[in-house]
Amino acid sequence: MSHAATATAPPRDSDRARAENSLGRRLVAPAIVLMLLVTAFPMLRALYLSLFNYSLTAPDDREFVGLSNYMTALSDSLFWRDTINTVGIMIITVAFELVIGFAFAMVMHRVIFARGTIRTSILIPYGVITVVSGFAWQFAFSNTNGFVNGWLPFVGTDFNWFSEYSSSMVAIMASEIWKTTPFMSLLLLAGLAQVSDDMIEAAKVDGASWWQRLWRVILPNMRSAIMVAVLFRALDAYRIFDNIFVMTAGANNTESISFLTYRQVIEQFQLGIGSALSVLLFLSVLVVAFVIVKVFRVNLAEARQEG
Amino acid sequence: MTNSVWNKVGTVVGALLILVWCLLPVAWIISLSFKSQEAVTNGSPGFFPKSGGGAGWSNYKDVITDDQFGRAIINSIGISLIATILSVIFATLAAYAIARLEFKGKRFVLTTALVIAMFPVVSLVGPLFDMWRTLGIYDTWLGLIIPYMSFTLPLAIWTLSAFFREIPWEMEQAAQVDGATSWQAFRKVIVPLAAPGVFTAAILTFFFAWNDFVFGISLTSTENARPIPAALSFFVGADPFNRPASLLAAGAVVATVPVVVLVLFFQRKIVAGLTAGAVKG
Repeated sequence: MSHAATATAPPRDSDRARAENSLGRRLVAPAIVLMLLVTAFPMLRALYLSLFNYSLTAPDDREFVGLSNYMTALSDSLFWRDTINTVGIMIITVAFELVIGFAFAMVMHRVIFARGTIRTSILIPYGVITVVSGFAWQFAFSNTNGFVNGWLPFVGTDFNWFSEYSSSMVAIMASEIWKTTPFMSLLLLAGLAQVSDDMIEAAKVDGASWWQRLWRVILPNMRSAIMVAVLFRALDAYRIFDNIFVMTAGANNTESISFLTYRQVIEQFQLGIGSALSVLLFLSVLVVAFVIVKVFRVNLAEARQEG
Repeated sequence: MTNSVWNKVGTVVGALLILVWCLLPVAWIISLSFKSQEAVTNGSPGFFPKSGGGAGWSNYKDVITDDQFGRAIINSIGISLIATILSVIFATLAAYAIARLEFKGKRFVLTTALVIAMFPVVSLVGPLFDMWRTLGIYDTWLGLIIPYMSFTLPLAIWTLSAFFREIPWEMEQAAQVDGATSWQAFRKVIVPLAAPGVFTAAILTFFFAWNDFVFGISLTSTENARPIPAALSFFVGADPFNRPASLLAAGAVVATVPVVVLVLFFQRKIVAGLTAGAVKG
């Protein structure tokens, strides 16, 4: 496309095109430099440090050990346990957010009264600090000061949610789902607004049931919006850290891969193995992104927001 | 007929569910902040403070007069504001180029932004911790402003370029034809049209910086630069074995107020900004 355009452009325009090209590059330069300075450069540094046995408590004993940090990490069951936790949290929370978020989007799309009130309140969980959300839900699930035990009919009033693995995970995921569903529903609402009403009306006239209209008309037509929302949310969920830090601090095996990396670097000052974990975390995000893009055929031009 | 009645009932019930979903945990943390320390220590299950277990405003008084907490509020406001202003300036330049100019490397910019939006931030804390200490900006405002800027740039660039694509730029020339100088044309025509987009990008950027926790705990060690979320997580009070739940709740409410105020005032703009970039409409 653009090739043909440049080939057929009259020669007198090329000066202008060149000036536009250089202005464009100069305008994006500061943003690009800043983005790469804080990501690409430290990542390369992590790659380098990961080849050393390097602890900040004994910086002079730094020695080159090749890939042995990676071997240590990959052969440690802790790494795999945390990866499984992280993937589990990602799949479960995104599935819930997608279903609830879609229901919310449908309601917001149709509601006529109190539109402003509903949209204002849906932004509140989005704006609440994740740490605060973690505290709120931790205390809500607490058996000494919370209300959840009193409200749920199938648990005893003194049930301690944070005493074992699966109930701790439920509490963590509740906080995560509460906070991020509104964001999902706003993205889906924008997608829903693009489905033409005429098409839905036509399907109705043809006798399609509500269920058929949903699955055959509405969902296929907002497919790309759904996929982009899933991609963004899934990778965000894969980074889960704040909620776990606040709610369980990794107790009862609830640690995520981000939390493990943080612990090695900041709490134990093990920069060598910590850097290896950082690199592995980065690579695993790339793998997850690749799988999502391939399996769900996400339109990358849309995700990149080319327009 | 009955179908449409059911539809209406469903919508009303759905709307109520949304309100409960969004406001219940907020109401809970406010309610918790009014429970007294004593009641919390002894255990006071239930949504509302029990009679005699209320604390009035005393938790809030304690939080506001707490030096560390006050310092953290100042840090958070200062760091978030500076990062927001700088990030929006850089993003405006880049978004103008993306929306208006043809240049090589546009896809590279957009791809970089996408990768950074999904970057696992924790993988950076190790190298940044090391680098910042070498450079002497560990535990300073600058040490947090730099990563906040880089991580908010993608969202700011997307929001702004989506807005800039919608601006009828011919109007600038039209104003010049009508006798306005190019500065007047820019200031009177383009600035008012672009301002809502810039503003939206600023709010979203501010939210991100205000919410950050990973950098906040990793790149600070004292109240010199520690922002609110980190301060809250370290805030254990006099007795480390007994978390002061209601005091923490009061702190959490104070930290949430600025965000709620922004949301209340700028709801329309935020919704437009969040969705403008994400899905072309």
